[in-house]
Amino acid sequence: MKMDTYSVMESIDARGRQGATLYTHIGDDGSAWLEGCRCTACGTVYAGARASCGHCFARDGLEKIKLGGTGKLYNYTVVYRSYPHIKVPFVAAIVDLDEGGTIKGNLVGIDPDPATIPFGLPVRVIFRGAEEAIGEQGEGFIAHFFMPASEGEK
Amino acid sequence: MADNVYIVGTDMIRFGRFDDKGVPEIGAEAALLALDDCGLGIGDMQALYCGNLGEGMTGQKILALIGQTGIPVVNCTNACATGATAFREGWAAIKAGIHDLVLCVGVEKMPRGMLVRRPAGFEPVPPEGLIGSGTMPAVFSHVGMEHMRKYGTTFEQFAKISVKNHHHSTLNPKAMYRKETPLEMVMEAEMIAYPNTKLMCSANVDGSAAAILASEKKARELGLMDRAVKVRASALTSDPYSERNLAMPDVNSATRLAARQAYEMAGLGADDIDLIELHDCFATAELVHYENLGLCGDGEGGRLIDQGETALGGRIPVNVSGGLLSKGHPLGATGIANIYEVATHLRGEAGDRQVEGARIGMTHVVGLGTACAIHILEKA
Repeated sequence: MKMDTYSVMESIDARGRQGATLYTHIGDDGSAWLEGCRCTACGTVYAGARASCGHCFARDGLEKIKLGGTGKLYNYTVVYRSYPHIKVPFVAAIVDLDEGGTIKGNLVGIDPDPATIPFGLPVRVIFRGAEEAIGEQGEGFIAHFFMPASEGEK
Repeated sequence: MADNVYIVGTDMIRFGRFDDKGVPEIGAEAALLALDDCGLGIGDMQALYCGNLGEGMTGQKILALIGQTGIPVVNCTNACATGATAFREGWAAIKAGIHDLVLCVGVEKMPRGMLVRRPAGFEPVPPEGLIGSGTMPAVFSHVGMEHMRKYGTTFEQFAKISVKNHHHSTLNPKAMYRKETPLEMVMEAEMIAYPNTKLMCSANVDGSAAAILASEKKARELGLMDRAVKVRASALTSDPYSERNLAMPDVNSATRLAARQAYEMAGLGADDIDLIELHDCFATAELVHYENLGLCGDGEGGRLIDQGETALGGRIPVNVSGGLLSKGHPLGATGIANIYEVATHLRGEAGDRQVEGARIGMTHVVGLGTACAIHILEKA
């Protein structure tokens, strides 16, 4: 959706912290959102800003948008072995956003068990301190996570 | 395009760990083995195409060890397709009529531990473990999970790939590991990223491989046609746009595109292929490539491994060398090592693991990022 029609999704107060990715944005009111762009020629949605479209090769007309705050779990894996500062196991998820675009992130608020996590699970995009996933390296940053849509924010 | 291109010499060192040798040293070993395979010397080579990721100016460093002849050297990097890209550059130069006798070398010394895709460069904080995962095990587990989602493929079916390739490696004296790994052992090994256990991840090793390419005219002139192997097709692709490509690397589209181009160039279909060395960097990858390369229909990869069709003695043996899973995967060397393996079968020189009557073979590698290289080879 376009910037002016976007309703701020729920989030922690992010004031004073930095977004963990180049497309994580923090508003003056402490709200956080993911920024993307949409090709006005073919409709493809990307996370972050781009100068041209990788799909239809248009060289302009990529309009800035806020990415949607809900989606479906397209794919995931449960990661058991990682670097020492990263908390395992965690669910590395690929989510198709309902309003367009596909992004990656960690799925939280669910038992990290491949036997029970269903493909297609409806999720919400939430924001939390990055230290939750990567310890002290994440301090001062906020990042997006996915939460099952049926779960309240913890 | 001009003359046909032939592999006239090829060899590889046994993959392993060489803490006392540098990249140029192990690259030079493979180069000399390949030259000896066809009775030529470095002085006969008109150019060197060298595939390596970790070093830099590797081809020149190899020549410094075995002969500084002043020939052009092209150093290639293309992720896990690096070696095959160097080989293809040599092929292209002969096709173009620039050279008629060239050396291609692939070499790598691998850092220990797990590989992670390099971040794009400007992220405020390293994304690994925070914004999902970009480790190779996680990326290729996504590949397997997507197949599970679409077709109901099981953890056990992926594990069987690893059982097969480890079995094959017991017959290959140049494989790093030569141990049987029964299904329970594979499935009960440490889970790295579901559904890939440690025994379903490629073996982290050092290695090198080399090939000498000649035009048909040159090969005949040198009297090297007896053991020559013809390059029927060479295809190299990058990842065409696909819907989720930027969030979830796509090894399927690039492989399908390269396969289509290679079959077309060779005037052949999947049914004509007698053996394949394909990019089993993880067990999940091999199974999806059965379908990407057209060995079976979409969704039938699980059935192929269940029925043993891709085992030595089966309808279309895949990775009889032991594959990246057990022979090992020194990134820059892998593409040429696969070519050595297929050429060795076509020459009827593969010993205990020989695919009987093999006449046409295929090699396939995919480097994440993405580069896919496919070659189709035929006994001259």
